Amino acid sequence: MNISTAFADGRLTAYFAGELDQHEARRAMQTMDELLEEYLPRDLVVDLSGLNFMDSSGIALLIRVSRRIRETGGRMWIENPGQQPKRVIDTAGIDRLIPVTVRNL
Amino acid sequence: MNAENYIKLEFPSKSCNEAYARTAAAAFAAQLDPTLEELGDIKTAVSEAVTNCIVHAYPDTVGRIRMRLRILPENRLEIAVQDWGRGIENVDKAMEPLFTTGGEERSGMGFTIMESFMDRLRVRSKPGRGTTVTLLRRIRSRGEPG
Ligand SMILES: Nc1ncnc2c1ncn2[C@@H]1O[C@H](COP(=O)(O)OP(=O)(O)OP(=O)(O)O)[C@@H](O)[C@H]1O
Ligand SMILES: [Mg+2]
Repeated sequence: MNISTAFADGRLTAYFAGELDQHEARRAMQTMDELLEEYLPRDLVVDLSGLNFMDSSGIALLIRVSRRIRETGGRMWIENPGQQPKRVIDTAGIDRLIPVTVRNL
Repeated sequence: MNAENYIKLEFPSKSCNEAYARTAAAAFAAQLDPTLEELGDIKTAVSEAVTNCIVHAYPDTVGRIRMRLRILPENRLEIAVQDWGRGIENVDKAMEPLFTTGGEERSGMGFTIMESFMDRLRVRSKPGRGTTVTLLRRIRSRGEPG
């Protein structure tokens, strides 16, 4: 899996691409920690449109990232999850914790 | 024609095998002509079951994982994932949503996801001896109402 970013006006967008499972999660968390430290964003958007697969390891990661950003007073959204990640997100019920939005691409 | 087709795979509990296991399961399931959504469900459930072996069954060692897939009558797919690791003390408790012994790297949603993505989930475990998770999913024929 791969994470690329865009930053403007206090808003950091992290684009997740590939497959997010336990094997990938630790490195992804480290990358997100580094990004949050570097940019200190007010808003964080995690764009999942390039993510082909995610399991519960991704759920734990998204929850940890949202905790971290809230500690520094920031907010987080999940955007554009594909069919499989969306089903996992819905089943885990994290949309109650982190808003999930679908933007027109 | 497909009746009683099966595969058995055995691999070490290394996390790099998670992607391999779910891809292999999807490739075997393809003969039932599943939809993309059904394939996604199968991959997800397999990923959960195999990850549990890697993370929980063999926390500090590399152990053996065996995955069996079987085609059953009426377009049903059976997936069994077995380990010979630590085992589960209380299976009912382990299957509750949010229950985890894994700390903040885990969400405690694996069994809940397996249960809701498959038609049936059965867990048999003996502490110190290992765990077998059996998943069953019927694949709908094309044109059959959802
Ligand atoms: N193969 C296994 N061997 C030993 N213990 C297991 C096994 N599978 C599950 N468990 C136990 O059951 C608990 C619940 O499993 P479940 O998959 O639902 O959640 P999790 O793995 O802790 O978190 P998540 O799957 O969300 O990352 C685990 O925390 C672990 O204690
Ligand atoms: Mg799990």
